[in-house]
Amino acid sequence: MANKHVDQPTGTETVGHEWDGIEELDTPLPRWWLWTFYLCIAFALGYSVVYPAWPMLNSGTQGLLGWTSRGQLAKDMSVSDQAHTSMRELLARIPIERLADNSALMKQAVAGGHAAFKVNCSQCHGSGAAGSQTLGYPNLNDDDWLWGGDIKTIEVTLTHGIRQHGDDKTRSSAMPPFEGVFNPGQIAALSAHILSLSGKAKPNSEGAALFAQNCISCHGINGEGGRNVGAPRLNDAIWLYGGTSAEIGRQIQRPRMGVMPSWGGRLDPVTIKMLAAYVHSLGGGEDFVEVAKDPAVPVHVRP
Amino acid sequence: MSDPDEFSLNETKADTAAATAGSSATAAPEAATQRHTAHEPSRIPLPGKLYESRKTVHNKRIDGPFRRFKWLVMAITLAIYYVTPWLRWDRGPYAPDQAVLIDLAHRRFYMFSIEIWPQEFYFVAGLLIMAGIGLFLVTSAVGRAWCGYACPQTVWTDLFQHVDRFFDGDRNARMRLDAVPWGVNKVLQRTVKWSIYLVIGFWTGGAWIMYFADAPTLVHDFWRGEAAPAAYITAAFLTLATVALGGFMREQVCIYMCPWPRIQSAMLDERSLLVTYKDWRGEPRGSLKKAEREPDKVGDCIDCMQCVQVCPTGIDIREGPQIGCITCALCIDACDKVMAEIGRPRGLIDYATLEDCRAEAAGLPPKPVWKTLLHPRTIAYFLIWGSIGLVMLFALGNRSHTGLTVAPDRNPPFMLMSDGSVRNAYTLRLRNMESRPRKMEIAVEGLPGAAMWDETIGRAQAAPKLVFEVPADQLLAVRAYVVAPAGTATKDFNFRITSLDEQRESEEVGTKFTSPEDE
Repeated sequence: MANKHVDQPTGTETVGHEWDGIEELDTPLPRWWLWTFYLCIAFALGYSVVYPAWPMLNSGTQGLLGWTSRGQLAKDMSVSDQAHTSMRELLARIPIERLADNSALMKQAVAGGHAAFKVNCSQCHGSGAAGSQTLGYPNLNDDDWLWGGDIKTIEVTLTHGIRQHGDDKTRSSAMPPFEGVFNPGQIAALSAHILSLSGKAKPNSEGAALFAQNCISCHGINGEGGRNVGAPRLNDAIWLYGGTSAEIGRQIQRPRMGVMPSWGGRLDPVTIKMLAAYVHSLGGGEDFVEVAKDPAVPVHVRP
Repeated sequence: MSDPDEFSLNETKADTAAATAGSSATAAPEAATQRHTAHEPSRIPLPGKLYESRKTVHNKRIDGPFRRFKWLVMAITLAIYYVTPWLRWDRGPYAPDQAVLIDLAHRRFYMFSIEIWPQEFYFVAGLLIMAGIGLFLVTSAVGRAWCGYACPQTVWTDLFQHVDRFFDGDRNARMRLDAVPWGVNKVLQRTVKWSIYLVIGFWTGGAWIMYFADAPTLVHDFWRGEAAPAAYITAAFLTLATVALGGFMREQVCIYMCPWPRIQSAMLDERSLLVTYKDWRGEPRGSLKKAEREPDKVGDCIDCMQCVQVCPTGIDIREGPQIGCITCALCIDACDKVMAEIGRPRGLIDYATLEDCRAEAAGLPPKPVWKTLLHPRTIAYFLIWGSIGLVMLFALGNRSHTGLTVAPDRNPPFMLMSDGSVRNAYTLRLRNMESRPRKMEIAVEGLPGAAMWDETIGRAQAAPKLVFEVPADQLLAVRAYVVAPAGTATKDFNFRITSLDEQRESEEVGTKFTSPEDE
């Protein structure tokens, strides 16, 4: 420290440090640079008055402008909602059966449905809509539908839910439990017959007879299922609760039957339309055959 | 201004002078080593002060070959800057017709016949690397020529200094005006001059935004108040920055703010061309009268201070190479003029390498200029620079204007269909880099029995090949479903894209088909 001296060639004082013979000059700052420092300090003080800055015991200073990040978010969200208003109005007016004709609107509906799905549906059906076999949540990507897979039917299922009390139009049915009705041998024979419908086991006459007596009224003669009662197809490769003989036997004795909330009271019709379009777009959607008239649907805009 | 390098360079010089002291009567070794204390007062009047106030540079007008060259470079660089956005280039109906356009909104960079997409930004990175190595090349060959002639800070400072000269007169008049206390006249004079500064700044900032939008449209919108806020903000910011940096900061930018002088001082060596005061010839300095009296005791420098007065950064070149010297060579013009007037040979201050100086001081014949320029370092830089350029040109010429990227769905990775077949979903991005819509065919290869469909057609129309119409100069995102018969195992396969036009450009992209069979 005490080694300060004036450097001969430059006439500048050194800072007094020396590293292997290299010394540092104590060159003064240019004045404008000093002013830049002062300006920065003034800016920082002004900023801390205008914006929230100083931490206090419970919260912090609010700032003169009253800016908050929550307020900013609310503002951004309402701007985004405003931007979607026209799309939502169009969606409200178009009957869902005709949505496929307007491919641009369909794309927007699918995108909006994707977002709504993540918020409302992914808890059970998974973020990729692949469901869960162990938990019994249906996979929405495939082409196997319990209640029907055209876009209108999907919308109805979404609106009224499945097995919901208090909704007259809810999808409802019940499979009787056969626990105690059949002995273990009969259960095994029936399970084997059901597997044989999709070629996964050899047919057997005992199982076929039991199936004809007890099951065909809902599941059909060949196990083709019945969508009016939500009876699953049994002659395909897809099993909601598992496709092994034991899993099928368990389902015969103690049937599990899925439920879904009726979204009609929770989500507005436009969001449900978008969700239906999204689910329909996942790759297993079926074509709609009827053509409906324009209904006079009031415009619902999210508050 | 005080840089460690200065010591070594000065020492080299001193050594040179000492080595030649025996043969030259004009330079005594003591004189060479002590001239700092002998001639220059300390640059900092009060050591230990917190700051140093700026001394305004009032550089004198000078004419000469280097000044004329500077005019020429200034005219060319300013012309390039202002004219380029107005050049047109026909690209057909689907692309803008501006020759050089950075279209940020659509993420396209147009440069004459070249069009660059964001994912090809490595071309721009390559250009920047070339610019960097180009600067190394220039530095190793001709020293700080960039600083002296082509740097925007230099060009605009020069421009503003000419404005000063035009309104306030030459050096002495400006110094007098500076000293005059503020009054009506001075306020008027300054207002007029600073308004001109603002106009120049505005033209500079205004020209900059032309590179980012269609220039005629932007000018029209700008004056009608309909241009994007970013255009006004950028123009305003650059206007103020130009006025601040070119009108007021000037040499302070070179001395305090710019990293380039520091980098250059590390890159210069004894073979770099520098503006050099030949101290063995000039020292000791003396007036003409003194020289007449004692011709053997004084050198060629008559201490007329012309080299200091014309300097745009206000340095004294006779102190040796320094960070403040941008090697604009105006001092060479000034000194040559004086030497011609007093009948001494030109080149007391001249472009010379330190090696040249040593040789010249020792009385050796001068090295030819081409030998100075072509030394191994410059050749190596040139080869690196040239090969990067060639590689980039090759890559640019050979790039395909058709492209495909494939992203398989991961959630869920596969989908079992009711007939036992397996479906995978992919997001395909079809790239059409031509400025016209093109039909492109996507084919699934290496997956027996597979068929593909997308959102617009159902599974009923699934086929191994699909044709898409890709809009001009755009990317088309397609969600494609590929279904393979039951029993297909997880395996790799390819999507092939083929443009259905005379170019028949084709690209194969490998991806994976995932199946439950392996689980």
